[in-house]
Amino acid sequence: MTQDVTALQLVLSGDPALFAIVRLSLYVSLSAVALAALIGIPLGAWIALTKFPGRQGVIVLLNALMGLPPVVVGLAVYLMLSRSGPLGAFGLLFTPGAMIVAQTVLVTPIIAALARQTIEDLWIEYRDELSAMNLGPLGRVAALIWDARFSLVTALLAGFGRAAAEVGAIIIVGGNIEGFTRTMTTAIALETSKGDLPLAVGLGLVLIAIVIAVNALAWTARRAGERLAG
Amino acid sequence: MRAPSSELPIEFDHVTLTAGGVTILDQITLTLAPGAPTVLIGPNGSGKSTLLRVAMGLLSPSRGRITWGGLEDVPPLKRAIVFQRPAMLRRSAAANIRFALRAAGIPRAEHARRTGELLELVGLAHVADRAARRLSGGEQQRLALARALARDPAVLFLDEPTASLDPVATKGVEDIIRAVSERNIKVVMATHDLGEARRLAGDVVMLHRGRIVERGVAVSFFDAPQTGEARAFLAGELLI
Ligand SMILES: Nc1ncnc2c1ncn2[C@@H]1O[C@H](COP(=O)(O)OP(=O)(O)OP(=O)(O)O)[C@@H](O)[C@H]1O
Ligand SMILES: [Mg+2]
Repeated sequence: MTQDVTALQLVLSGDPALFAIVRLSLYVSLSAVALAALIGIPLGAWIALTKFPGRQGVIVLLNALMGLPPVVVGLAVYLMLSRSGPLGAFGLLFTPGAMIVAQTVLVTPIIAALARQTIEDLWIEYRDELSAMNLGPLGRVAALIWDARFSLVTALLAGFGRAAAEVGAIIIVGGNIEGFTRTMTTAIALETSKGDLPLAVGLGLVLIAIVIAVNALAWTARRAGERLAG
Repeated sequence: MRAPSSELPIEFDHVTLTAGGVTILDQITLTLAPGAPTVLIGPNGSGKSTLLRVAMGLLSPSRGRITWGGLEDVPPLKRAIVFQRPAMLRRSAAANIRFALRAAGIPRAEHARRTGELLELVGLAHVADRAARRLSGGEQQRLALARALARDPAVLFLDEPTASLDPVATKGVEDIIRAVSERNIKVVMATHDLGEARRLAGDVVMLHRGRIVERGVAVSFFDAPQTGEARAFLAGELLI
Protein backbone atom coordinates (compact mmCIF):
# COMPACT_ATOMS: atom_id res chain seq x y z
CA MET A 1 0.00 0.00 0.00
CA THR A 2 2.79 2.42 0.86
CA GLN A 3 4.38 1.62 -2.46
CA ASP A 4 1.19 2.58 -4.25
CA VAL A 5 1.04 5.87 -2.38
CA THR A 6 4.59 6.78 -3.38
CA ALA A 7 3.81 5.74 -6.93
CA LEU A 8 0.79 8.01 -6.99
CA GLN A 9 2.80 10.88 -5.48
CA LEU A 10 5.41 10.38 -8.16
CA VAL A 11 2.80 10.60 -10.88
CA LEU A 12 1.03 13.59 -9.36
CA SER A 13 4.24 15.51 -8.72
CA GLY A 14 4.78 15.73 -12.48
CA ASP A 15 8.32 14.40 -12.26
CA PRO A 16 10.07 15.63 -15.47
CA ALA A 17 11.91 12.33 -16.08
CA LEU A 18 8.64 10.45 -15.85
CA PHE A 19 6.98 12.99 -18.12
CA ALA A 20 9.71 12.52 -20.74
CA ILE A 21 9.25 8.76 -20.65
CA VAL A 22 5.49 9.09 -21.12
CA ARG A 23 5.98 11.55 -23.97
CA LEU A 24 8.44 9.27 -25.78
CA SER A 25 6.13 6.29 -25.38
CA LEU A 26 3.22 8.19 -26.90
CA TYR A 27 5.39 9.58 -29.68
CA VAL A 28 6.66 6.11 -30.67
CA SER A 29 3.33 4.28 -30.46
CA LEU A 30 1.24 7.00 -32.10
CA SER A 31 3.78 7.37 -34.93
CA ALA A 32 3.75 3.61 -35.45
CA VAL A 33 -0.06 3.53 -35.54
CA ALA A 34 -0.14 6.44 -38.00
CA LEU A 35 2.35 4.74 -40.32
CA ALA A 36 0.61 1.39 -39.96
CA ALA A 37 -2.71 3.06 -40.84
CA LEU A 38 -1.19 4.63 -43.95
CA ILE A 39 -0.01 1.19 -45.06
CA GLY A 40 -2.64 -1.08 -43.54
CA ILE A 41 -5.89 0.65 -44.53
CA PRO A 42 -5.12 0.91 -48.28
CA LEU A 43 -3.70 -2.62 -48.18
CA GLY A 44 -6.80 -3.95 -46.46
CA ALA A 45 -9.04 -2.09 -48.91
CA TRP A 46 -7.10 -3.46 -51.86
CA ILE A 47 -7.39 -7.05 -50.64
CA ALA A 48 -11.09 -6.51 -49.90
CA LEU A 49 -11.90 -5.31 -53.41
CA THR A 50 -9.53 -7.35 -55.55
CA LYS A 51 -9.77 -10.92 -56.74
CA PHE A 52 -6.42 -12.58 -57.28
CA PRO A 53 -5.05 -16.11 -57.05
CA GLY A 54 -4.02 -17.01 -53.53
CA ARG A 55 -6.28 -14.37 -51.98
CA GLN A 56 -7.61 -16.72 -49.31
CA GLY A 57 -4.05 -17.61 -48.36
CA VAL A 58 -3.10 -13.96 -48.05
CA ILE A 59 -6.09 -13.34 -45.77
CA VAL A 60 -5.20 -16.29 -43.54
CA LEU A 61 -1.58 -15.14 -43.39
CA LEU A 62 -2.59 -11.58 -42.55
CA ASN A 63 -4.83 -12.78 -39.74
CA ALA A 64 -2.01 -14.97 -38.44
CA LEU A 65 0.42 -12.03 -38.53
CA MET A 66 -1.86 -10.18 -36.10
CA GLY A 67 -0.34 -12.37 -33.43
CA LEU A 68 3.32 -11.79 -34.32
CA PRO A 69 5.49 -12.23 -31.20
CA PRO A 70 7.03 -8.80 -30.42
CA VAL A 71 10.45 -10.25 -29.53
CA VAL A 72 10.66 -11.96 -32.92
CA VAL A 73 9.74 -8.73 -34.68
CA GLY A 74 12.31 -6.94 -32.54
CA LEU A 75 14.95 -9.46 -33.50
CA ALA A 76 14.10 -9.25 -37.22
CA VAL A 77 14.15 -5.45 -37.19
CA TYR A 78 17.39 -5.54 -35.18
CA LEU A 79 19.00 -7.69 -37.87
CA MET A 80 17.76 -5.37 -40.63
CA LEU A 81 18.95 -2.19 -38.88
CA SER A 82 22.23 -3.41 -37.38
CA ARG A 83 25.43 -2.06 -38.83
CA SER A 84 25.88 -5.07 -41.11
CA GLY A 85 22.19 -5.39 -41.96
CA PRO A 86 20.60 -4.25 -45.23
CA LEU A 87 19.25 -1.04 -43.65
CA GLY A 88 22.27 -0.48 -41.42
CA ALA A 89 23.35 2.62 -43.32
CA PHE A 90 20.48 4.64 -41.85
CA GLY A 91 21.98 4.33 -38.37
CA LEU A 92 18.56 3.85 -36.82
CA LEU A 93 19.37 1.12 -34.34
CA PHE A 94 18.95 2.19 -30.69
CA THR A 95 16.99 5.31 -31.65
CA PRO A 96 13.28 6.10 -31.33
CA GLY A 97 13.14 5.67 -35.13
CA ALA A 98 14.02 2.00 -34.79
CA MET A 99 11.29 1.58 -32.20
CA ILE A 100 8.77 3.18 -34.53
CA VAL A 101 9.83 0.81 -37.32
CA ALA A 102 9.46 -2.23 -35.08
CA GLN A 103 6.04 -1.23 -33.79
CA THR A 104 4.88 -0.36 -37.30
CA VAL A 105 5.76 -3.90 -38.38
CA LEU A 106 3.85 -5.22 -35.39
CA VAL A 107 0.75 -3.09 -35.88
CA THR A 108 0.36 -3.01 -39.67
CA PRO A 109 -1.03 -6.57 -39.94
CA ILE A 110 -3.58 -5.80 -37.19
CA ILE A 111 -4.87 -2.70 -38.95
CA ALA A 112 -4.75 -4.30 -42.40
CA ALA A 113 -6.60 -7.44 -41.32
CA LEU A 114 -9.32 -5.55 -39.43
CA ALA A 115 -9.66 -2.97 -42.24
CA ARG A 116 -9.93 -5.76 -44.81
CA GLN A 117 -12.80 -7.35 -42.90
CA THR A 118 -14.62 -4.08 -42.29
CA ILE A 119 -14.25 -2.81 -45.85
CA GLU A 120 -15.18 -6.14 -47.39
CA ASP A 121 -18.40 -6.32 -45.39
CA LEU A 122 -19.31 -2.82 -46.49
CA TRP A 123 -18.33 -3.57 -50.09
CA ILE A 124 -20.73 -6.53 -50.19
CA GLU A 125 -23.47 -4.14 -49.09
CA TYR A 126 -22.50 -1.28 -51.42
CA ARG A 127 -21.28 -3.21 -54.47
CA ASP A 128 -24.46 -2.98 -56.53
CA GLU A 129 -25.05 0.70 -55.79
CA LEU A 130 -21.47 1.78 -56.44
CA SER A 131 -21.30 -0.29 -59.63
CA ALA A 132 -24.58 1.21 -60.80
CA MET A 133 -23.09 4.67 -60.22
CA ASN A 134 -20.19 3.63 -62.46
CA LEU A 135 -17.63 4.52 -59.80
CA GLY A 136 -14.01 3.66 -60.62
CA PRO A 137 -11.70 1.75 -58.24
CA LEU A 138 -10.38 4.88 -56.51
CA GLY A 139 -13.84 6.31 -56.03
CA ARG A 140 -15.01 3.01 -54.57
CA VAL A 141 -12.12 2.77 -52.13
CA ALA A 142 -12.59 6.39 -51.07
CA ALA A 143 -16.33 5.92 -50.48
CA LEU A 144 -15.81 2.68 -48.57
CA ILE A 145 -13.03 4.03 -46.35
CA TRP A 146 -15.06 7.14 -45.61
CA ASP A 147 -18.23 5.23 -44.76
CA ALA A 148 -16.27 2.68 -42.71
CA ARG A 149 -14.36 5.38 -40.84
CA PHE A 150 -15.98 4.77 -37.47
CA SER A 151 -15.29 1.05 -37.61
CA LEU A 152 -11.76 1.72 -38.81
CA VAL A 153 -11.17 3.75 -35.63
CA THR A 154 -11.64 0.49 -33.76
CA ALA A 155 -8.90 -1.08 -35.86
CA LEU A 156 -6.60 1.84 -35.04
CA LEU A 157 -7.41 1.44 -31.35
CA ALA A 158 -6.56 -2.24 -31.46
CA GLY A 159 -3.27 -1.30 -33.09
CA PHE A 160 -2.56 1.39 -30.50
CA GLY A 161 -3.35 -0.96 -27.66
CA ARG A 162 -0.91 -3.47 -29.04
CA ALA A 163 1.83 -0.88 -29.60
CA ALA A 164 1.45 0.84 -26.25
CA ALA A 165 1.54 -2.43 -24.33
CA GLU A 166 4.42 -4.23 -26.01
CA VAL A 167 7.93 -4.25 -24.62
CA GLY A 168 9.68 -7.11 -26.42
CA ALA A 169 10.29 -5.38 -29.74
CA ILE A 170 11.27 -1.90 -28.57
CA ILE A 171 13.60 -3.08 -25.84
CA ILE A 172 15.61 -5.01 -28.46
CA VAL A 173 15.81 -2.32 -31.14
CA GLY A 174 15.71 0.70 -28.79
CA GLY A 175 18.04 -0.56 -26.10
CA ASN A 176 16.17 1.11 -23.23
CA ILE A 177 18.67 4.00 -23.06
CA GLU A 178 17.79 6.42 -20.29
CA GLY A 179 16.53 9.77 -21.52
CA PHE A 180 16.61 8.61 -25.14
CA THR A 181 14.82 5.33 -25.84
CA ARG A 182 13.33 4.53 -22.46
CA THR A 183 9.54 4.14 -22.69
CA MET A 184 6.93 3.29 -20.12
CA THR A 185 6.98 -0.43 -20.83
CA THR A 186 10.76 -0.78 -21.01
CA ALA A 187 11.12 1.33 -17.84
CA ILE A 188 8.59 -0.83 -16.02
CA ALA A 189 10.54 -3.95 -17.01
CA LEU A 190 13.82 -2.40 -15.89
CA GLU A 191 12.60 -0.83 -12.64
CA THR A 192 10.84 -3.99 -11.62
CA SER A 193 13.99 -6.03 -12.14
CA LYS A 194 15.96 -3.41 -10.20
CA GLY A 195 13.41 -3.50 -7.41
CA ASP A 196 12.24 0.15 -7.77
CA LEU A 197 8.63 -0.83 -7.52
CA PRO A 198 7.09 2.64 -6.86
CA LEU A 199 8.34 3.95 -10.21
CA ALA A 200 7.25 0.77 -11.99
CA VAL A 201 3.78 0.91 -10.45
CA GLY A 202 3.49 4.63 -11.16
CA LEU A 203 4.35 4.09 -14.81
CA GLY A 204 1.96 1.17 -14.97
CA LEU A 205 -0.85 3.37 -13.67
CA VAL A 206 -0.07 6.09 -16.20
CA LEU A 207 0.03 3.54 -19.02
CA ILE A 208 -3.35 2.11 -18.09
CA ALA A 209 -4.82 5.59 -17.69
CA ILE A 210 -3.59 6.58 -21.13
CA VAL A 211 -5.01 3.47 -22.81
CA ILE A 212 -8.36 4.03 -21.10
CA ALA A 213 -8.39 7.73 -22.01
CA VAL A 214 -7.58 7.07 -25.67
CA ASN A 215 -10.27 4.42 -25.92
CA ALA A 216 -12.84 6.61 -24.20
CA LEU A 217 -12.04 9.49 -26.51
CA ALA A 218 -12.32 7.32 -29.61
CA TRP A 219 -15.50 5.72 -28.34
CA THR A 220 -17.10 9.12 -27.76
CA ALA A 221 -16.06 10.33 -31.19
CA ARG A 222 -17.42 7.18 -32.74
CA ARG A 223 -20.76 7.46 -31.00
CA ALA A 224 -21.13 11.10 -31.97
CA GLY A 225 -20.16 10.37 -35.57
CA GLU A 226 -22.49 7.43 -35.89
CA ARG A 227 -25.37 9.46 -34.59
CA LEU A 228 -24.79 11.90 -37.43
CA ALA A 229 -23.98 9.47 -40.23
CA GLY A 230 -25.92 6.37 -39.30
CA MET B 1 -15.89 8.94 -72.03
CA ARG B 2 -19.24 10.43 -73.05
CA ALA B 3 -22.19 8.13 -73.23
CA PRO B 4 -23.37 7.27 -76.72
CA SER B 5 -25.99 9.70 -77.96
CA SER B 6 -28.54 6.99 -77.37
CA GLU B 7 -28.68 4.15 -74.86
CA LEU B 8 -31.73 2.85 -76.69
CA PRO B 9 -32.81 0.49 -77.95
CA ILE B 10 -31.57 -2.06 -75.44
CA GLU B 11 -31.59 -5.37 -77.22
CA PHE B 12 -31.46 -8.77 -75.58
CA ASP B 13 -30.43 -11.39 -78.11
CA HIS B 14 -31.04 -14.91 -76.76
CA VAL B 15 -29.70 -13.93 -73.36
CA THR B 16 -29.27 -16.86 -71.01
CA LEU B 17 -27.95 -16.46 -67.51
CA THR B 18 -26.95 -19.35 -65.30
CA ALA B 19 -25.61 -19.20 -61.77
CA GLY B 20 -24.73 -22.11 -59.56
CA GLY B 21 -26.16 -24.57 -62.08
CA VAL B 22 -29.52 -22.80 -62.12
CA THR B 23 -30.89 -21.16 -65.25
CA ILE B 24 -32.16 -17.79 -64.10
CA LEU B 25 -32.82 -16.26 -67.50
CA ASP B 26 -33.57 -18.54 -70.40
CA GLN B 27 -33.13 -17.37 -74.00
CA ILE B 28 -34.49 -13.87 -73.48
CA THR B 29 -34.94 -11.96 -76.71
CA LEU B 30 -36.38 -8.54 -76.03
CA THR B 31 -36.12 -4.99 -77.31
CA LEU B 32 -36.56 -2.06 -74.94
CA ALA B 33 -37.32 0.92 -77.16
CA PRO B 34 -38.16 4.58 -76.42
CA GLY B 35 -41.72 5.21 -75.36
CA ALA B 36 -44.05 4.61 -72.45
CA PRO B 37 -42.84 2.51 -69.51
CA THR B 38 -42.17 -1.17 -70.00
CA VAL B 39 -43.46 -3.12 -67.03
CA LEU B 40 -42.10 -6.53 -66.03
CA ILE B 41 -44.47 -8.81 -64.21
CA GLY B 42 -44.27 -12.41 -63.09
CA PRO B 43 -44.27 -14.50 -59.96
CA ASN B 44 -41.54 -14.45 -57.31
CA GLY B 45 -38.30 -15.84 -58.64
CA SER B 46 -39.32 -15.52 -62.27
CA GLY B 47 -36.22 -13.44 -63.09
CA LYS B 48 -37.46 -9.83 -63.10
CA SER B 49 -34.72 -8.44 -60.88
CA THR B 50 -32.08 -10.42 -62.74
CA LEU B 51 -33.32 -9.13 -66.08
CA LEU B 52 -33.09 -5.55 -64.78
CA ARG B 53 -29.51 -6.16 -63.60
CA VAL B 54 -28.53 -7.51 -67.00
CA ALA B 55 -30.19 -4.53 -68.70
CA MET B 56 -28.32 -2.21 -66.35
CA GLY B 57 -25.06 -3.92 -67.29
CA LEU B 58 -24.32 -5.24 -63.80
CA LEU B 59 -24.54 -8.88 -64.85
CA SER B 60 -23.19 -10.34 -68.07
CA PRO B 61 -25.12 -13.03 -69.94
CA SER B 62 -23.72 -16.54 -69.80
CA ARG B 63 -24.84 -16.95 -73.38
CA GLY B 64 -26.33 -14.60 -75.95
CA ARG B 65 -25.62 -10.88 -75.98
CA ILE B 66 -27.04 -7.54 -75.00
CA THR B 67 -26.50 -4.21 -76.75
CA TRP B 68 -27.25 -0.59 -75.83
CA GLY B 69 -27.93 1.56 -78.88
CA GLY B 70 -26.29 -1.15 -80.96
CA LEU B 71 -23.08 -1.24 -78.89
CA GLU B 72 -21.80 -3.83 -76.47
CA ASP B 73 -20.22 -3.05 -73.09
CA VAL B 74 -21.62 0.46 -72.71
CA PRO B 75 -20.83 1.73 -69.18
CA PRO B 76 -23.93 2.81 -67.21
CA LEU B 77 -23.32 6.55 -67.55
CA LYS B 78 -26.86 7.28 -68.66
CA ARG B 79 -28.61 4.43 -66.92
CA ALA B 80 -29.80 4.37 -63.34
CA ILE B 81 -31.50 1.77 -61.19
CA VAL B 82 -33.49 1.61 -58.00
CA PHE B 83 -32.87 -1.83 -56.52
CA GLN B 84 -35.53 -3.91 -54.86
CA ARG B 85 -33.62 -3.45 -51.59
CA PRO B 86 -31.62 -0.26 -52.04
CA ALA B 87 -28.46 0.17 -49.95
CA MET B 88 -28.17 3.50 -48.18
CA LEU B 89 -24.75 5.05 -47.79
CA ARG B 90 -23.83 5.78 -44.15
CA ARG B 91 -24.46 9.46 -44.63
CA SER B 92 -27.35 11.87 -44.42
CA ALA B 93 -30.17 11.72 -46.96
CA ALA B 94 -28.87 14.86 -48.66
CA ALA B 95 -25.31 13.48 -48.70
CA ASN B 96 -26.56 10.33 -50.42
CA ILE B 97 -27.88 12.49 -53.26
CA ARG B 98 -24.75 14.64 -53.38
CA PHE B 99 -22.71 11.45 -53.65
CA ALA B 100 -24.73 10.37 -56.69
CA LEU B 101 -24.40 13.83 -58.26
CA ARG B 102 -20.63 13.73 -57.79
CA ALA B 103 -20.39 10.18 -59.17
CA ALA B 104 -22.37 11.32 -62.22
CA GLY B 105 -19.93 14.18 -62.80
CA ILE B 106 -22.52 16.93 -62.25
CA PRO B 107 -20.72 20.26 -61.67
CA ARG B 108 -20.31 21.00 -57.97
CA ALA B 109 -21.95 24.40 -58.28
CA GLU B 110 -25.26 22.69 -59.04
CA HIS B 111 -25.17 20.19 -56.19
CA ALA B 112 -26.97 22.21 -53.55
CA ARG B 113 -29.80 23.26 -55.84
CA ARG B 114 -30.28 19.81 -57.42
CA THR B 115 -30.14 18.08 -54.03
CA GLY B 116 -32.87 20.36 -52.73
CA GLU B 117 -35.02 19.84 -55.83
CA LEU B 118 -34.68 16.06 -55.75
CA LEU B 119 -35.49 15.80 -52.03
CA GLU B 120 -38.49 18.03 -52.64
CA LEU B 121 -39.57 15.88 -55.58
CA VAL B 122 -39.72 12.68 -53.52
CA GLY B 123 -41.15 14.44 -50.47
CA LEU B 124 -38.11 14.05 -48.23
CA ALA B 125 -37.01 17.67 -47.83
CA HIS B 126 -37.88 17.52 -44.11
CA VAL B 127 -35.45 14.65 -43.46
CA ALA B 128 -32.56 16.00 -45.55
CA ASP B 129 -30.09 15.95 -42.66
CA ARG B 130 -31.26 12.68 -41.15
CA ALA B 131 -28.96 9.63 -41.43
CA ALA B 132 -30.23 7.76 -44.49
CA ARG B 133 -30.05 4.39 -42.76
CA ARG B 134 -32.37 5.64 -40.03
CA LEU B 135 -35.12 6.50 -42.52
CA SER B 136 -38.14 4.21 -42.78
CA GLY B 137 -38.24 1.57 -45.52
CA GLY B 138 -40.55 3.66 -47.66
CA GLU B 139 -38.46 6.79 -47.16
CA GLN B 140 -35.34 4.86 -48.13
CA GLN B 141 -37.03 3.65 -51.30
CA ARG B 142 -37.95 7.21 -52.23
CA LEU B 143 -34.45 8.41 -51.44
CA ALA B 144 -33.11 5.68 -53.72
CA LEU B 145 -35.39 7.01 -56.47
CA ALA B 146 -34.07 10.54 -55.96
CA ARG B 147 -30.52 9.21 -56.01
CA ALA B 148 -31.17 7.41 -59.30
CA LEU B 149 -32.73 10.54 -60.83
CA ALA B 150 -29.66 12.50 -59.71
CA ARG B 151 -27.74 10.71 -62.45
CA ASP B 152 -29.97 12.39 -65.03
CA PRO B 153 -30.49 9.05 -66.77
CA ALA B 154 -31.79 8.28 -70.23
CA VAL B 155 -33.06 4.93 -68.98
CA LEU B 156 -34.39 4.34 -65.49
CA PHE B 157 -34.79 0.82 -64.11
CA LEU B 158 -37.11 0.44 -61.15
CA ASP B 159 -37.38 -2.79 -59.19
CA GLU B 160 -40.69 -2.74 -57.32
CA PRO B 161 -40.30 0.94 -56.45
CA THR B 162 -43.57 1.17 -54.53
CA ALA B 163 -43.42 -2.18 -52.74
CA SER B 164 -43.08 -0.70 -49.26
CA LEU B 165 -44.89 2.60 -49.74
CA ASP B 166 -48.14 3.76 -48.22
CA PRO B 167 -50.97 4.74 -50.61
CA VAL B 168 -50.09 8.45 -50.59
CA ALA B 169 -46.40 7.82 -51.20
CA THR B 170 -47.28 5.27 -53.89
CA LYS B 171 -49.35 7.87 -55.72
CA GLY B 172 -46.47 10.31 -55.34
CA VAL B 173 -43.98 7.89 -56.84
CA GLU B 174 -46.33 6.92 -59.66
CA ASP B 175 -46.74 10.62 -60.48
CA ILE B 176 -42.94 10.95 -60.55
CA ILE B 177 -42.67 7.94 -62.86
CA ARG B 178 -45.24 9.45 -65.20
CA ALA B 179 -43.45 12.82 -65.18
CA VAL B 180 -40.10 11.14 -65.79
CA SER B 181 -41.55 9.17 -68.67
CA GLU B 182 -43.01 12.32 -70.21
CA ARG B 183 -39.50 13.80 -70.19
CA ASN B 184 -38.55 11.01 -72.63
CA ILE B 185 -36.71 9.00 -70.02
CA LYS B 186 -37.31 5.33 -70.69
CA VAL B 187 -38.71 3.62 -67.61
CA VAL B 188 -38.39 -0.14 -67.21
CA MET B 189 -40.09 -1.33 -64.06
CA ALA B 190 -40.75 -4.58 -62.24
CA THR B 191 -43.86 -4.69 -60.09
CA HIS B 192 -46.22 -7.08 -58.35
CA ASP B 193 -48.96 -4.49 -58.24
CA LEU B 194 -51.15 -5.25 -61.25
CA GLY B 195 -53.17 -2.07 -60.71
CA GLU B 196 -49.96 -0.09 -60.89
CA ALA B 197 -48.94 -2.00 -64.01
CA ARG B 198 -52.22 -1.05 -65.64
CA ARG B 199 -51.87 2.59 -64.62
CA LEU B 200 -48.30 3.04 -65.86
CA ALA B 201 -47.43 0.48 -68.50
CA GLY B 202 -47.08 1.19 -72.19
CA ASP B 203 -46.17 -2.41 -72.73
CA VAL B 204 -45.90 -5.45 -70.52
CA VAL B 205 -43.41 -8.28 -70.40
CA MET B 206 -44.42 -11.31 -68.41
CA LEU B 207 -41.72 -13.62 -67.12
CA HIS B 208 -42.12 -17.11 -65.78
CA ARG B 209 -39.20 -19.30 -64.74
CA GLY B 210 -36.73 -17.09 -66.54
CA ARG B 211 -38.56 -17.12 -69.85
CA ILE B 212 -40.76 -14.51 -71.49
CA VAL B 213 -44.16 -16.11 -71.69
CA GLU B 214 -46.00 -13.13 -73.11
CA ARG B 215 -45.27 -9.61 -74.15
CA GLY B 216 -47.59 -7.01 -75.55
CA VAL B 217 -49.13 -3.58 -75.46
CA ALA B 218 -50.53 -3.03 -71.98
CA VAL B 219 -54.17 -2.57 -72.95
CA SER B 220 -54.42 -5.76 -74.97
CA PHE B 221 -52.29 -7.71 -72.48
CA PHE B 222 -54.62 -6.92 -69.61
CA ASP B 223 -57.86 -7.18 -71.60
CA ALA B 224 -57.06 -10.22 -73.72
CA PRO B 225 -54.02 -12.15 -72.54
CA GLN B 226 -52.94 -14.71 -75.09
CA THR B 227 -51.32 -17.38 -72.96
CA GLY B 228 -52.63 -19.63 -70.24
CA GLU B 229 -49.87 -18.46 -67.90
CA ALA B 230 -50.79 -14.80 -68.31
CA ARG B 231 -54.50 -15.50 -67.85
CA ALA B 232 -53.79 -17.51 -64.72
CA PHE B 233 -51.41 -14.87 -63.33
CA LEU B 234 -53.87 -12.02 -63.93
CA ALA B 235 -56.62 -14.08 -62.34
CA GLY B 236 -54.45 -14.40 -59.25
CA GLU B 237 -53.89 -18.13 -59.62
CA LEU B 238 -50.74 -19.85 -58.50
CA LEU B 239 -48.36 -20.52 -61.36
CA ILE B 240 -46.34 -23.72 -61.27
N1 LIG C 1 -26.56 -15.36 -57.78
C1 LIG C 1 -27.53 -16.30 -57.86
N2 LIG C 1 -27.26 -17.60 -57.75
C2 LIG C 1 -28.22 -18.53 -57.83
N3 LIG C 1 -29.51 -18.25 -58.03
C3 LIG C 1 -29.85 -16.97 -58.15
C4 LIG C 1 -28.90 -15.91 -58.07
N4 LIG C 1 -29.53 -14.74 -58.22
C5 LIG C 1 -30.83 -15.05 -58.38
N5 LIG C 1 -31.04 -16.38 -58.35
C6 LIG C 1 -32.31 -17.10 -58.53
O1 LIG C 1 -32.87 -16.67 -59.73
C7 LIG C 1 -34.28 -16.61 -59.64
C8 LIG C 1 -34.76 -15.26 -60.13
O2 LIG C 1 -34.43 -14.27 -59.18
P1 LIG C 1 -34.94 -12.76 -59.33
O3 LIG C 1 -34.48 -12.04 -58.15
O4 LIG C 1 -34.55 -12.27 -60.66
O5 LIG C 1 -36.51 -12.99 -59.28
P2 LIG C 1 -37.67 -11.89 -59.25
O6 LIG C 1 -38.56 -12.17 -60.41
O7 LIG C 1 -37.12 -10.53 -59.13
O8 LIG C 1 -38.43 -12.30 -57.91
P3 LIG C 1 -39.18 -11.36 -56.84
O9 LIG C 1 -40.54 -11.11 -57.41
O10 LIG C 1 -39.26 -12.24 -55.64
O11 LIG C 1 -38.38 -10.14 -56.63
C9 LIG C 1 -34.60 -16.92 -58.19
O12 LIG C 1 -35.07 -18.25 -58.13
C10 LIG C 1 -33.31 -16.75 -57.47
O13 LIG C 1 -33.23 -17.64 -56.40
MG1 LIG D 1 -37.11 -9.12 -57.70
